[in-house]
Amino acid sequence: MRLVSIAALALLTAAPPARAAVNVMTATEDLADLTRQVGGDRVKVESIARGYQDPHFVEAKPSFILKLAKADLLVVVGRELEIGWLPPLIQQSRNAKVQVGAEGYLDASLTAKILEIPTGQITRAMGDVHPLGNPHYWLDPGNGRRVAKAIADKLSRMAPADAAYFSTRYADFDKRLAEAEKRWDAMMAPYKGLKTVTYHRSWPNFVDRFGLDVIGYVEPRPGIPPSPRHTIDLIAEMKRQNVKILLVEPYFDLKTPQSIGRETGARVLVMPPSVGGEQEITGYIKLFDYDLALLVAAIRETGAK
Amino acid sequence: MVFGSVLEGHMRRWSRAVTAFALAGSALTVVPPRSAGAAQSPPAAAAASPAGDEVAQLRGELEALRQEYGGRMAAIESRIAALEGGRATEATPAAAAPAGSKVFNPDVAAIGNFVGAAGKSPGGGEPSLNMQEAELSFQAVVDPYARADFFVTLSPDQVALEEGYITFPTLPGGLLTKVGRMRDAFGKVNGQHPHTLPFIDRPLVSKNLTGGEDGLADAGISVARLIPNPWLFLEATGQVYRGESEIFKAPTRGDLAYVGHLRAYQDLGESTNVDLGGSIAYGHNGVTDDTTTRLLGVDATLRWKPLRRSIYTHFLARGEVAWSRREEAAGALGSVGGYGYLEYQFARRWTAGLRYDNSERADAPWLRDTGGSFIVTFKPSEFSLVRAQYRRTSFAANDSPANELLFQFLFAIGAHGAHPF
Repeated sequence: MRLVSIAALALLTAAPPARAAVNVMTATEDLADLTRQVGGDRVKVESIARGYQDPHFVEAKPSFILKLAKADLLVVVGRELEIGWLPPLIQQSRNAKVQVGAEGYLDASLTAKILEIPTGQITRAMGDVHPLGNPHYWLDPGNGRRVAKAIADKLSRMAPADAAYFSTRYADFDKRLAEAEKRWDAMMAPYKGLKTVTYHRSWPNFVDRFGLDVIGYVEPRPGIPPSPRHTIDLIAEMKRQNVKILLVEPYFDLKTPQSIGRETGARVLVMPPSVGGEQEITGYIKLFDYDLALLVAAIRETGAK
Repeated sequence: MVFGSVLEGHMRRWSRAVTAFALAGSALTVVPPRSAGAAQSPPAAAAASPAGDEVAQLRGELEALRQEYGGRMAAIESRIAALEGGRATEATPAAAAPAGSKVFNPDVAAIGNFVGAAGKSPGGGEPSLNMQEAELSFQAVVDPYARADFFVTLSPDQVALEEGYITFPTLPGGLLTKVGRMRDAFGKVNGQHPHTLPFIDRPLVSKNLTGGEDGLADAGISVARLIPNPWLFLEATGQVYRGESEIFKAPTRGDLAYVGHLRAYQDLGESTNVDLGGSIAYGHNGVTDDTTTRLLGVDATLRWKPLRRSIYTHFLARGEVAWSRREEAAGALGSVGGYGYLEYQFARRWTAGLRYDNSERADAPWLRDTGGSFIVTFKPSEFSLVRAQYRRTSFAANDSPANELLFQFLFAIGAHGAHPF
């Protein structure tokens, strides 16, 4: 089967790529890699945000306007993750193709499984709450697959002549991801129900997929920096429940997490939630390889349960 | 699970289709061509009727049935394949209950700007406690071609349209076009609403040379185009205004005011960038029927913000200089002014700033005012801030400098669109 797909791929790639590559801009590096996985050499991809940067707070620099101006397709995370910076960029791009709702605008969240969609009344007293659900959904490989499919379908509509190429690439990615998922599931199987604390609510899809249990957050509310009162409560709760793992996204300050770590004996892990968060995380599958290896090593060392 | 029941429904319909198809198929093979045996409607009863044309009719019906079910089956199969490809996607719940055409209501926000002042100032300065303004914004997409933004300012004694314009973002030729009332694209600080300024007041040069307390705003048309080049971001903006603002007064309908702005921007790495601008404004000033005012401006900004710690720290240095040439009945008056501003964010919620002001007065260039400010801003969240500004101003006409302490509460509710960089 693999041989067949490789052969098919070889045949397809052997054909001279006479057509111009589809020029794709993505909001984040995760989406950029998924686009690369299915688009291969028929696309040119660049991300606006870097993987080690807080995706809520990207600056709408004019240099991004120039890049968006030339894009055929813009892939966004959606769920209002980019609401603070993408709208002015799209407007100033003067590019009809990538305006919201146009053919070259793809909201990757539309086919993804979204968690934490608020029910009942929400106010900003709850902090930086996302009314359309948690936007960090790419941290479930199942969603990576769905997004890759959506991108492949979109590319096929934009470049119908390459549709077979994109669907072969997607099938290949799907297979590699499924193999990797087996590996990851085996790695994480002994640690189902492991209790953790995270800095921001970036990980609901990740913990849902790998069976972890987040019992608290360093932020008292999403987007609100840690307060002494909340930190004291969190330390007490972590001691009570014997939590030994504390996950921090690379763009947050480590001072509070480290003092929590000292008090509770928990291991503070700087865990990148995105491709490019560390130099060696060059792709979507490597993101999980890196994060899970980091997690498992820490669990073994701390004897966390 | 929503998905499960949908799939089940498909499967049930699918199996019904298969049964019908199989029945139809067997009927067709059972009935020999041109022989006895066609049907009343149920295909199973086919063999009963002898009429040949009925057989043809039956065949037609069967063919239609086959095609219909074949098409449906293909559709169902492809849907099943899609669903399997998506690995059991749970139907995403609708984000909000549909509210009919209300979903097209514009984004609405209200921003309160409360300013207090203490200390002595010639001419009184800002009031001791003042709800300086409340800004209401209404923003939405108009149609596939345009969006609209309205900013209405309410202060205790007046309601004003600060800005209200339509934007066409995708006109041919890359012309980003705005039509309506808007703030002139002259320099940096003039385009900013009070709630986006990094200080409580506007710099002296704004007050003395470029439009007074509120800056330049007028009714007109603005066109901005990117200038393609291999090196940097370059944008040219041209604007035509009616000529009715703090600086410009058109004596007749044809005496329009013109503004031109050129902006150059370049990244010096992922954390650092420079932003340079040149501006020109020209129009009748209303002193006499043919006197004009010409403004020239330059601005420069250097920004530094490390991406890994972007929410904790940044540094900004900005300077603007403006020259004014104002014709009066007795001759032309030339004056110059500017400010320099440094800003450093030293904690997630704290920013400190330092501003130096120096400006002559447009109608009395021999009078030069200077000042300095120290500003501290505390931001509990993205939606509110508290700011204090110590300001020392030496007015040319006064012997002793004015020492003042200003403080500000800014707070926003609702959905307010992101501001351009």
